[in-house]
Amino acid sequence: MRDRQPLVFWTGFAVIVALLIASPLVLPPFWSRFVTEILIWGLVAMSSDLLIGYTGMVSFGHSAFFGLGMYGAAFVLLETRPPSLWAALAAGLLAAAAVAAFVAYFSTRLRDIYFAITTLIFSQIFYIVIFTWTEVTGGENGLTFSRPALAVPGLFSLRFTPMILHWFVLAIVVLSYLLLRRITQSPFGMVLQSIRENEARTRAIGYPIERYKIVAVMLSGLFAGLAGVLYALQNQFAAPNFVFFVLSGEVVIYNVIGGIGTLVGPILGAAFFLLLREGLSRFFTEYYLIPVGLMFIAMVIFMPQGLLGFARRWLNR
Amino acid sequence: MQWLHAIPWDLLLIQTINGIVAGMILALVASGLTLIFGIMDVVNFAHGEFLMLGAYIAVLTIVATHSFWLALIVASLGTALIGALVYVTTLRPLLGRDPLTTILATFGVSLVLQNYALWQFGPVARKIPEPFAGSITLFHLDYSWYRLTIAGLSAAIIGGFWLFLKFGTWGIWIRATTQDRIMAQAMGIPVPWVLAGVFAIGSAMAGASGVLFGPLVGVDHAMGFDWILRAFIVVVVGGMGSLGGSVLAAIFISLLEAYATLWVSPAQAGIVSFVVLILTLLFRPTGLFVATPK
Amino acid sequence: MIPNGGVADPLLRVEDIHTHYGKSHILHGVSLDVGRGEVVGLLGRNGVGKSTTLKAIAGIVHPSAGRVVYEGRQITNMPPHRLARLGIGYVPEDRRIFPVLTVTENLRTGLDRHGVTAARKRELLDKIYSYFPVLAERRNQFGGTLSGGEQQMLAIARAMMLEPKIILLDEPTEGLMPRMVSQIREIIDVLHRDRVAVLLVEQNVPLTLDAGQRIYIIEKGVVRHHAPAAELRADDAPIHRYMGV
Repeated sequence: MRDRQPLVFWTGFAVIVALLIASPLVLPPFWSRFVTEILIWGLVAMSSDLLIGYTGMVSFGHSAFFGLGMYGAAFVLLETRPPSLWAALAAGLLAAAAVAAFVAYFSTRLRDIYFAITTLIFSQIFYIVIFTWTEVTGGENGLTFSRPALAVPGLFSLRFTPMILHWFVLAIVVLSYLLLRRITQSPFGMVLQSIRENEARTRAIGYPIERYKIVAVMLSGLFAGLAGVLYALQNQFAAPNFVFFVLSGEVVIYNVIGGIGTLVGPILGAAFFLLLREGLSRFFTEYYLIPVGLMFIAMVIFMPQGLLGFARRWLNR
Repeated sequence: MQWLHAIPWDLLLIQTINGIVAGMILALVASGLTLIFGIMDVVNFAHGEFLMLGAYIAVLTIVATHSFWLALIVASLGTALIGALVYVTTLRPLLGRDPLTTILATFGVSLVLQNYALWQFGPVARKIPEPFAGSITLFHLDYSWYRLTIAGLSAAIIGGFWLFLKFGTWGIWIRATTQDRIMAQAMGIPVPWVLAGVFAIGSAMAGASGVLFGPLVGVDHAMGFDWILRAFIVVVVGGMGSLGGSVLAAIFISLLEAYATLWVSPAQAGIVSFVVLILTLLFRPTGLFVATPK
Repeated sequence: MIPNGGVADPLLRVEDIHTHYGKSHILHGVSLDVGRGEVVGLLGRNGVGKSTTLKAIAGIVHPSAGRVVYEGRQITNMPPHRLARLGIGYVPEDRRIFPVLTVTENLRTGLDRHGVTAARKRELLDKIYSYFPVLAERRNQFGGTLSGGEQQMLAIARAMMLEPKIILLDEPTEGLMPRMVSQIREIIDVLHRDRVAVLLVEQNVPLTLDAGQRIYIIEKGVVRHHAPAAELRADDAPIHRYMGV
């Protein structure tokens, strides 16, 4: 029976990826774009899951990683002629990494609650800086730019149509998922989970947990920054509200709703939340957050394993 | 001695008073947070929303009765009630669990309350009129009596609460519960009620500060957020769970911010508190105003 | 399973309780009785479940099976603060007095109850201070500043403030000097005189045999032996057998 599991998993995986590849071909443009966005937010949620679900560190700072990735890419796309996709990627990742390093430093000194609050405060610091440093960041209005070409110099150059963009995003998200999956199942990932279970004991056994935490935060920040770059590509603007902590809060919601510690769960959580928002906003307009918030609270209390965990139990009966 | 004349003494004095006034209100907000954290180990993300609800309840009460002071009392009691309700429905079920869950749950509560207020009251800010006009003249500037009164009232509320903790029976119950929850129960102290009561009191303090602060700014659904951030900073800098530390930290940070606005814009002065936090975390993580680092 | 000893109309009856700690099965069906005003000893080696038994009675640990009956009423899953109000006093193994409350405030945690007049409170305080003059001297000191023996006095005095019908004592003489040990012995007598039942968990065998009227011996989470103290004083073979001393 154990041997059947990977087969089942990979089959399911292939099916889903195939569906996602087909989506821009079959769905109307609005929904196809929607799916692309779900993928991007799913990536952020996965990155957050690495910290919350696997290492047990609640972070409200992902808006900073995401936002800096977005702005990093934005700068490069505005400054370089012709705008280079790869330079934008590199810049976004670098910016996110810098922020992550900053946060990582503090993460090793702070217990869970302090860490959560501090990440929130840090994301607010970045928000204020970005908001007020108008000359560089465009302040309230943000930065707008055009999409670069999907180009490998000397080989080919493609324009980023929504379809190509979708496949590009899909490719990156799938790769990221596979990479993250590899990481969480590796010995490194096991140590992270051990830290989540019992930090003191893990330290007593002899692991330098500070180092592991730093790496976890860096990885998490990098993937979130990557998502920021993708978002910038898709929407062609960077705005400060993406650095506001509410975004971090929403990411945490995706994680909890989907099921922390599962990687796939948070993506489902993001999809669920975004679809819910789309649907509810037609009835409740801006107040959709009230039923969503209530649902969130109820899930924290009654279904802490999230939708995925619940589905798993139900399937395993 | 020429340089002494270059220092804008009058501005400094005004800013000192401003700093103390803002500091006292911040201290009131932070006290509620510290209390809840110290006794229940709960980080109440929704604390700012209780401030906001207090302000809104006051708005409604004033419309009905035209009395600021009545509004203060009604708002405090109202938020206490809402706080107790939130505790019983969302926090009590989570008592034994991972502290992560209470952070998430109170975050959810904050979302719901904020959006509920937005829904019910709309995005336009309301106003709470100052209960009395008048000002004293400091140098050549008018300083409103009301501002001085809020500082005094906040100090009185905090002081009153401190006395309550020190001498009343319930004060002993609260302190015993903080020190050893299980033995407190073994001594017949109804700990579940104490916890609900503490949460209610903490919420009431937030609600009261919302009312007191209301006349100085507009009352809108997002007003809690700024306060909660600074209150958290105060709690960490003052030493988690230390009432005295929070008060000192609140005044300290507010004074620094007030002085900073002499040179930079208010939005940028906000960074002062963040900087203080970072420095504290780097050098004295147990708190700047706590006696000895543990 | 019929409880060992079968006292007619007991104040406290523990019936076949089991407890678990995670996956560990700690108590495997403990039964015992305590009559009104009786001093009952509970002997056993380290880790056999003596403390857990007291905790189960005090409501601090919830049994996974079995019942605890007090004054004819089932109290098995009641919260500790209700049990304290019903008259069950608990003195834990590590004393656990409130460190940042003064001696008086520590006592007040038990004293400040519903239905106790100010006069009665004064009376009780004076009585306790007469039994424990050392505490009277230190009445305004923080509990955390007291010595080990003084803290033990305070822990017992605090429980007595509840005016309990039974006091659960968990290894009160552990780590105390001989002089203090005899003071504890005297307090048990005082309690007995005041018709307060005592369930005494101890490793100090001579003290327990001297103070107690009936003795239970626990081994590996079950009661292995039960006899009147007089009988064990005459023939202590069971003690050697089950406690390995």
